[in-house]
Amino acid sequence: MLSFEFILNALVAGLLLGGFYAALSAGLSLSFGLLDVVNIAHPAFILFGSYLTFYVNEHFGVDPIIAGLVFAVPAYFVGVAVYRIYYNSFEKTGAESLRGLVFFFGLFFLIEVILIITFGVDYRLVRAFYIGKSTSIGPVGIAFRLFVPFLVGGILATVLYLFLTKTFFGRAIMGVAQDSLAVQLMGVDPIRIKTVAFGIGIATAVIAGSLLIIIGPVEPTIGREYIGRVFAVTVLGGLGSMTGTLVGALILGVAESFTSSFFGPSWALAVSFGILLICLAVRPSGLFGR
Amino acid sequence: MNKERKIFLIVAAVLIVGSFLITTHMENRFYYKAAYVVLQYVVLATAWNILGGYTGYVNFGTAAFFAMGAYTAVALIKTWKPPLYVLLVTGGLVSGLLGLGIGYLTLRLRGVFFSIATLALAVVLQMIVSNWDYVGGGAGTAVLKPRSVPMFSNYDEFLFFVMAALAVVSVAIAWLIEKSWIGRGMAAIRDNEEAAECMGVPILKLKLFATTVSGALMGIAGAPFSYFVVYIEPTSAFHLDYAVNSLAMPMIGGTTTWLGPLVGAVLVGTAQQIATVTLSSEMNLLIVGSLLVGFVVFAPDGLVGLFGKVRARFAGKEA
Repeated sequence: MLSFEFILNALVAGLLLGGFYAALSAGLSLSFGLLDVVNIAHPAFILFGSYLTFYVNEHFGVDPIIAGLVFAVPAYFVGVAVYRIYYNSFEKTGAESLRGLVFFFGLFFLIEVILIITFGVDYRLVRAFYIGKSTSIGPVGIAFRLFVPFLVGGILATVLYLFLTKTFFGRAIMGVAQDSLAVQLMGVDPIRIKTVAFGIGIATAVIAGSLLIIIGPVEPTIGREYIGRVFAVTVLGGLGSMTGTLVGALILGVAESFTSSFFGPSWALAVSFGILLICLAVRPSGLFGR
Repeated sequence: MNKERKIFLIVAAVLIVGSFLITTHMENRFYYKAAYVVLQYVVLATAWNILGGYTGYVNFGTAAFFAMGAYTAVALIKTWKPPLYVLLVTGGLVSGLLGLGIGYLTLRLRGVFFSIATLALAVVLQMIVSNWDYVGGGAGTAVLKPRSVPMFSNYDEFLFFVMAALAVVSVAIAWLIEKSWIGRGMAAIRDNEEAAECMGVPILKLKLFATTVSGALMGIAGAPFSYFVVYIEPTSAFHLDYAVNSLAMPMIGGTTTWLGPLVGAVLVGTAQQIATVTLSSEMNLLIVGSLLVGFVVFAPDGLVGLFGKVRARFAGKEA
């Protein structure tokens, strides 16, 4: 039972899962980690992306990844609109801690209910040529439905990292995270920066949604499970660190993979919440915290 | 103050006696079922508000405390079928202890992290209960309610009466807290925890008190649940509806007073009962969600706050 191959397979599956978790959490790392916007509705936007992908895949046969990338553009504007409401109603008056949180929770619930009403509670899945195939390197089997999201997730995290560190706009976002007032004194409007950053966050959520439905079938209420996962990854990695998010995601993926291999899949969910609680108790600033 | 307390106690007693008298005159069982659900939300919303509205810690895990009470009761019913008041007390005790535990979390977790921890609690507890075969596991279990109960013509009417009494008691507890130094201390924590601590407010004690009372009330509300639904399973007992409703109702009614959750629960709860019958249960959730988002954005102080503003405006015109 406890062979070397078994452990190796669990490890590889976990790393692949981790890359996917990086894609899920990248947007949250941007909005929550850098800008302190507690977007608890992030998983709901991911799921929304999954269903958009499902719709165009089912009716027009569009490849899920392409669908995700295309829908990321309108999602950006949705994100901009959501942040505008959030800023004007809560952040401006300093009421974000309680009512802002409730606002995002309400948004999360609303999206879930809308998905239930439009698509029903059945599991939905997509079709693509790479889903269902797998390859093997030596004793390790690699399923393409895990490998493709891993690849896209890794690219997404890398692009975001380069964007944040190399471009003017990305550095402005980092600047707002460090000292909003100083950025303002340099003649940059921090609210505009935050709006754009939040929009990008939602756009990546929709791309992550297309990956989610590649990995497995989705139903409207699984968003809840991902609240724990995405927040665990962002906190474990350290708020505001894209490298941290990637590392945190890989750790969570491996931990979950081992838990479900040894104790059964029904316990995998406890891992993310466990990591989150331990991390908050022992080292709240995370691995790569600012 | 003393006169106010007397009036409040009299109104509370009248309400309890009144709900008993209703059971001797009204026959239609549907109304009892509907009223039970609304009253249950009065308890949950009031309990949520003691922690969320007064102290400022947003609890997303109402379902955890509620289901803990419900499943404690199921475990007891499976072993020796004690009378209902034993179920209420133990349900309250277990969820109160759970609340105390969550209270210690507030030492390290504030804001969104506390909220996520409570949500985590709900998810993890649901997982544990789903794997616990004694109380039915994931498939659920049927619970036989007692055949008869003295003074009431059937058990549904009795449950309605019990829940009505619980609703009155929990609103009274919220009222007492709000009018005492405890309530003022909680408000200080809500506004600024560090400043409150510096001014000598015993913040840990008050936070533990808030989480324990809030959790215990939710557990008591959940204890009769298995008798009410007859067949209990984890998905329904841990449903996200409880978290959303118990948070939406105070938000819609107004979070800073005892009146807010009461008004919110009665209005929204009744509207939900009507919407479930006339439209569909999904539509009723859509309505609650939209109301919640609409109210936090446009009417931050809820209906009570709106009413106060309108009254102030009229008073201003007269002057």
